[in-house]
Amino acid sequence: MIPVDYYLFLSLALFTIGVIGVLTRRNVIIMLMSIELILNAVNINLMVFSRMWGTVDGQVFAIFIITDAAAEAAVGLGIILAFFHNRETVLADEMDIMKW
Amino acid sequence: MNAPYFLEHIWLIPLFPLLTAAVMLFYGRKLANNIVSYLCAGSVFVSFIFSVGAFFQLVAMPQGERFFTKVLFQWLPAIPYHMFDGRLANFVASWEFQIDPLSAVMILVVTGVGFLIHVYSTGYMAHEGGYYRFFGYLNLFMFAMLILVLANNFLMMFVGWEGVGTCSYLLIGFYFHRKSASDAGKKAFIVNRVGDAGFLLGIFLCSAVLGTVRFSDIGPTLRAGHFQNGDPWLTAIALLLFVGAAGKSAQIPLYVWLPDAMEGPTPVSALIHAATMVTAGVYMVTRTNAIYELAPKAMYVVALVGAITALFAATIGVVQNDIKKVLAYSTVSQLGYMFLACGVGAFTAGIFHLMTHAFFKGLLFLAAGSVIHALSGEQDMRKMGALSKRIPVTYWTMLIATLAIAGIFPFAGFVSKDLILGKAYEQDVLLWAIGYFTAGMTAFYMFRLIFMTFHGTSRVDHEVEHHIHESPKAMLVPLVILAGLSIVGGLVSWPEILGGNSHFVHFLEPVVGAAHDARMEPLKGPSSRIGEINLMLLSEGLVVLGILCAWYLYIKRTELPAKIAKSLNGFYELVYHKYYVDELYDALFVNRAKDLGLALGWFDTNVINGVGVDGAGWLARFVSRVSMWWDTWIVDGSVKLGARIVWVLSFPVRLIQDGLVQSYMLFIVIGLIGFLGYYFYLAHYAVH
Repeated sequence: MIPVDYYLFLSLALFTIGVIGVLTRRNVIIMLMSIELILNAVNINLMVFSRMWGTVDGQVFAIFIITDAAAEAAVGLGIILAFFHNRETVLADEMDIMKW
Repeated sequence: MNAPYFLEHIWLIPLFPLLTAAVMLFYGRKLANNIVSYLCAGSVFVSFIFSVGAFFQLVAMPQGERFFTKVLFQWLPAIPYHMFDGRLANFVASWEFQIDPLSAVMILVVTGVGFLIHVYSTGYMAHEGGYYRFFGYLNLFMFAMLILVLANNFLMMFVGWEGVGTCSYLLIGFYFHRKSASDAGKKAFIVNRVGDAGFLLGIFLCSAVLGTVRFSDIGPTLRAGHFQNGDPWLTAIALLLFVGAAGKSAQIPLYVWLPDAMEGPTPVSALIHAATMVTAGVYMVTRTNAIYELAPKAMYVVALVGAITALFAATIGVVQNDIKKVLAYSTVSQLGYMFLACGVGAFTAGIFHLMTHAFFKGLLFLAAGSVIHALSGEQDMRKMGALSKRIPVTYWTMLIATLAIAGIFPFAGFVSKDLILGKAYEQDVLLWAIGYFTAGMTAFYMFRLIFMTFHGTSRVDHEVEHHIHESPKAMLVPLVILAGLSIVGGLVSWPEILGGNSHFVHFLEPVVGAAHDARMEPLKGPSSRIGEINLMLLSEGLVVLGILCAWYLYIKRTELPAKIAKSLNGFYELVYHKYYVDELYDALFVNRAKDLGLALGWFDTNVINGVGVDGAGWLARFVSRVSMWWDTWIVDGSVKLGARIVWVLSFPVRLIQDGLVQSYMLFIVIGLIGFLGYYFYLAHYAVH
């Protein structure tokens, strides 16, 4: 049986890739994809500990998170489309309207 | 004892016309014309039947007791007040109908002549708009007039008095789309208000001096002996009442409205402005004769005003060209006769002339209406002539009326006019002379009217000529009946000197009272009888002379009148323009009233509006401006100052808010790493 550490490191690697993607990529769509990576890193963590303790709580949470991710992707893409209509850009560093 | 039916129900007489008037004015628009005719004329006819019944039941009572009064209900409760001499009196006014010989004659004349004129109107007004409105007003007038003559106190009489004035106003202005008609209505109304002011003051003074406004109490109060002959208070009451009478009956100086009132439809001129309403003043003076008897000075004023009005109006009538205007001035003149009669104490003669005048002047107006009808609305006598063959019934009836008003033996006007002149001669030769001369002028201008209208050569416009036609039966029948009355009307009081027995005068004598008999020495001696005959012959002679003059000037030598007018240019102009009285009144009163209005208007604009309203507005604006300055600079300024301070202080914090999602994310990650680092640190070192 593969020890838990392996999974945790895989999860950590995915999470780090996701965070770096969100922080460095200018394209908002890619930032959304990176957020999916972060969420799936969390999902792996939940599955591992669920498996380890022999309960289903983690799996239930994982399903919730997948649902949430789908909803988030739908809403996020909608926002991006609307924004593109108005500003003709999907680049995050050109979006500064949240400034004071 | 149960009172006879018609006397007990005397109050129904004015009620019938009131009911139909109400129906007309509320629902008339929806009724067909012939229903309107039957309802309105019918109600007046029923009133006439009741009047005849009441008359005969009154005659059936013994002479001297012919008086009946019926209280319908109490109007004002008894109000105690102090009279001028300090005694306490109760002011009482009821809806009390009375009938005595005087009222009986008046209701017969009003309903009888009124009915005939209603019938005539169904023909005359057949093609006019507002048919129901006309009859509604006419019936309302009948109601008011009957209230006036049946009232037993001044207050109720005043209700009728104002009612007839209102109806007169409404009917003069019947063709209200014509400016001249509505102006004439206003003029009549306003001039009558002047008279009514006098009448009201007279009533107030009467209640303050005599302590009663009830007619049947006035006589006994006066006879009780508190008053001297010529008492100044009584003279004042009499004069004030006469001001009211002069307004209503168109005497100098308040006669100006009557000629203008001819703007109304002709039946209205006949009913209101000839036969009934304008005689209300004569009726009122006669009704209050007990007061006048004790005020000889007021009597003399009445007689003098009457005589002068008679002459004055007659001179104007001579030069008028409008057929209705001639008749209007003739009416003013004849009313002058009636006041002359009252003024010399011959109240019965005045009322007698009132009655005969109602017949022949009503007839004259109706016949003139028939002429106007035949000529498609033409009223100018210069555009008439030679109509006697074309409209024979109108011609003959109008000729009879003219003979009656001129005073030709034995027509009705002869009897009544000579009665007045005879009484005037006994009192004052000057008054008689004025009346006598006026009689000649009356004959002259009336025959001038006849000759210009019916004789000579036709001066009718060509297109009107084709349409000349005799009027419908509804108009001719009343003419014929009134013509009959104009002939025989005098017989009811045929003078004793000519073999009669003066029924009418004796019938009225109880009303005129004992004071009258005592003061007036009846001239019964043989010498005075010869005098009476001589006076009659004398006036007949003058009347014939007047007729001959008219014939000579308007048939024989038709070019003469124009020449005479030219040779008397200034005087002719003066008379033709009615002595410029209207212009004088305009200058003295009307324009001054307008000036007052303008001055008050200026005051309103500049003082009330300028200083008051605009000033208050300016003040409010000024105050709000100050308040606005305070708000802007002090209140707003302090708020803005606080905001500015916060803005300045928040400068460093704002720097990290660059609006980029990724920088926020970076802060989150840094924070996360910071927390994680802290927990790792704790986990690593806290164990030891």
